[in-house]
Amino acid sequence: MATSTVFGAARLSPEQMLAPSPMALLRRRVFGHRSLMFGIIVLGLMVAMAVGAWFVAPHDPYAQSLASRRIPPIWHAWFWDNPKAGWEHILGTDKVGRDYLSRLIYGARISLVIGIATMLISGIIGTTLGVMAGYFGGRVDMVVTFLITTRLSMPVVMVALAVVALYGSSLEVVILVLGFLLWDRFAVVMRSVTMQARSLDYVTAAQAIGCSTPHILLREILPNILNSLVVVATVEMANAILLEAALSFLGLGVQPPLPSWGLMLSEAKEDMFFSPWMITLPGICLFLLVLSINLLGDGVRDVTAPENRN
Amino acid sequence: MLAYSLKRLLLAALVVLTVSGITFIMTNAAIDPAKAIAGANATIEDIEALRRSFGFDRPLVIQYLDWLGNALTGNFGESYRLRTPVAELLLDRLPVTMTLGGCALLFALSLSIPLGVVAALKPNSPVDRLALSLSVLGQALPTFWFALMMIILFGIVLRWLPISGSGSWAHFVMPSIALGYYATPAFMRLTRAGMIEVLASDYIRTARAKGLRPATVLFKHALRNAVIPVVSLAAVQFGFMLGGSVVIETIFALHGVGFLAWESISRSDIPVVQAIVLLISLFYIFLTLLADLLNAYLDPRIRVG
Amino acid sequence: MSAILEVENLRVEIPLATGTLVPVRGISFSVQRGETLCIVGESGCGKSLTSLSIMNLLPKRAKRTANRLLLGGADLQGMDERAMSDVRGNRMAMIFQEPMTSLNPAYTIGNQLEEAFLRHRKASRREARERAVFLLEKVGISAAASRLGQYPHQLSGGLRQRVMIAMALMCGPELIIADEPTTALDVTIQAQILHLLATLQRELQMGVMLITHDLGIVARVADRVAVMYAGEIVESGTVHEVFSRPLHPYTQGLLRCIPVPGKTRRGSHLGSIPGVVPALFGEPTQCNFANRCEYATPACTAAPVPLTPLSEGRAYRCILPVETCIANQARAVAA
Repeated sequence: MATSTVFGAARLSPEQMLAPSPMALLRRRVFGHRSLMFGIIVLGLMVAMAVGAWFVAPHDPYAQSLASRRIPPIWHAWFWDNPKAGWEHILGTDKVGRDYLSRLIYGARISLVIGIATMLISGIIGTTLGVMAGYFGGRVDMVVTFLITTRLSMPVVMVALAVVALYGSSLEVVILVLGFLLWDRFAVVMRSVTMQARSLDYVTAAQAIGCSTPHILLREILPNILNSLVVVATVEMANAILLEAALSFLGLGVQPPLPSWGLMLSEAKEDMFFSPWMITLPGICLFLLVLSINLLGDGVRDVTAPENRN
Repeated sequence: MLAYSLKRLLLAALVVLTVSGITFIMTNAAIDPAKAIAGANATIEDIEALRRSFGFDRPLVIQYLDWLGNALTGNFGESYRLRTPVAELLLDRLPVTMTLGGCALLFALSLSIPLGVVAALKPNSPVDRLALSLSVLGQALPTFWFALMMIILFGIVLRWLPISGSGSWAHFVMPSIALGYYATPAFMRLTRAGMIEVLASDYIRTARAKGLRPATVLFKHALRNAVIPVVSLAAVQFGFMLGGSVVIETIFALHGVGFLAWESISRSDIPVVQAIVLLISLFYIFLTLLADLLNAYLDPRIRVG
Repeated sequence: MSAILEVENLRVEIPLATGTLVPVRGISFSVQRGETLCIVGESGCGKSLTSLSIMNLLPKRAKRTANRLLLGGADLQGMDERAMSDVRGNRMAMIFQEPMTSLNPAYTIGNQLEEAFLRHRKASRREARERAVFLLEKVGISAAASRLGQYPHQLSGGLRQRVMIAMALMCGPELIIADEPTTALDVTIQAQILHLLATLQRELQMGVMLITHDLGIVARVADRVAVMYAGEIVESGTVHEVFSRPLHPYTQGLLRCIPVPGKTRRGSHLGSIPGVVPALFGEPTQCNFANRCEYATPACTAAPVPLTPLSEGRAYRCILPVETCIANQARAVAA
């Protein structure tokens, strides 16, 4: 009978069912939002893989083996009776015999590190500029608007390529370049939401009773712009991941032998016809990672502001 | 109006000046142009002589002003690699990139506007959900990987389309799709949101109360107003597409400005890189001005004061 | 006189997740040639939905049913969307509340005036243009020909509403439905527009169905009045009958809310009707007005109250006898 009392205690009382608490409502919306759940689960798996890469990966991602070059993934054994494919290398090997699954798992690390670090750098630059422009207006706004226009008129890929090519390509350079290039959306969005928040009555009231500027920014403005900040952050993180992959693919991003997904695609280019999995798998990984980040952002927007949905 | 236009032009000039300044100083500070010209086998004396004859020993700011003065007269210097004037190289490559950008934009608009309209006519219907799902999936697809997949499918397996070069119209099909599809979700969402808003407006009710045919109501009265923001976005997106052409042109070996940029970057051909960045930011500024003009042309509330 | 519009037992239902909303609950009325019928009521009583349902311009989710819905003898219910669009703007036309947003900002006045004419008549552009100029002059717009090239945003609200009226007249309709045509305008402009409508109606012998919440307007332009409350007609009659001898407690309350020059003393309280309109879900089980009525008895909440006809076109929806209603009104005015 112990189990029934446990269940009984967990059941909601009638009052709770009639008027759910904000947290309960939020929880219900999160769990009821299918694409958000998909995003959370996929992204969670990717992060777990990246963090525990040394534990999850079956092989050393850098270990080359001439004997086991271009082994196809396991399904080639199932469907085409390919004798080379087997459980030893579930997703096959690349042209120098490195285990593809292990490289993909370690590749998640690079993408996530670049995505998060770039997002933080560009987020700090863009949010600072945008909030300042939106809150102070006037000259400050003019300067920030000028900076945004200047930044937008610079072709991101070309400038990033040029800087990486001229200053040497490494993970740090790529992160710094992307961080200093991708702040525009943060600035644009934060500027407009700050402007809106500033004109809210209680912000005016806080100014009227003489609250200090930092106090108003932190206590009154920040809670209002947090939603948009989260959404832009996910968009820019996804953007940074895609750009790094593109740079590495063009040979001017992360350098070998690091297992960046973009670099893996670049290395697999010449094997496109005979070993198509080499080019399909990293692409699918990129696609899933970016998709899950985007779905997370869209979902957060839907769940926190359901009245703004479409 | 005049004051506003003057302010816009001044701002535009300032932006171009800043962009070119940043590019010039960053590229020239990174490597020694004299070494790049002289090549790997040059002696220290050769490099020193080159440096003096090209004026690389002067302060960067002076060099920049010098370069800018020449650029204003259309002289962007000479390519280190090909020994031809940069302006000539650019003029030679520009048509390919413009064609690519134009086709990509056309592809994106002709796909996204009908989809957006259909989705807006029946919000939350299966069609609408499908269109929105496609846009979410499309946004997550890496452009260059999508291009590779197309090459495998249409170029290698089906052998329908050429996979590299820029000889005929067929060479532009895959690059245009690869470059254009990425802008499609944004156009579609904007069209959809605009249509939903316009269709709920009072003047659409008036048009229906006049007994106009559904097609007239939809195309004459609704679409015209709903696409105004799409048109200005399209102008700006065109600028981004020219910038993004570097990836696509490299993959398809399409000999446009983007491919030239990649070649020049990987071989430290600085004058070409500087000129291309300047060109693209000029284009972007021009296109934002064009977007404003188009807006005014389409919206009488702006045009007729 | 013959009826242009005959409506019998018109209902509008909107299915919602929480139940079926019935904002118009079986109303009947008619509009004669050359007559103005005013439908009066507070916002949310279903008067606008009534007008939209006649034009078949209801929101997609809303469903319309009626025993009879005839325009000049033609059955509107049997018409599909195509046939309906041949009637709209042609045999009946509508004027809306918001002149500021009811014209398309992207096209000129001339374009928007002409298109209805071109749609319904086999006419050339030139004929349409001439008709537009003629009607713009008719609705009192000076320099009519030069206005054709102007855009809506270049005109004031009053001018725009005149354009809307001219637009409604383009095809010489038999019936004009005007939904709060002056609510969004300044008081001085209101008077001009109403005067214009009345003049045109007399001249062109149209039927006019005017929707309003303003009893002052009713008194000035109406021939007959239907008072709506919570989706039902609670009282109808000629404007003289309703204003001089209101029977329904709601009508009486409404009339007490208007100040009358010379009669209403300075500083004295104007009337008001306390309470709120009931939610319009499902079928009525009682008098809808009972919760706000000062004469309510237990019998009022026991069963729905039917409309009691008194004479041709005169009816009221109350369980009290006519004499009691008159006595109540007399007492209230005296107090």
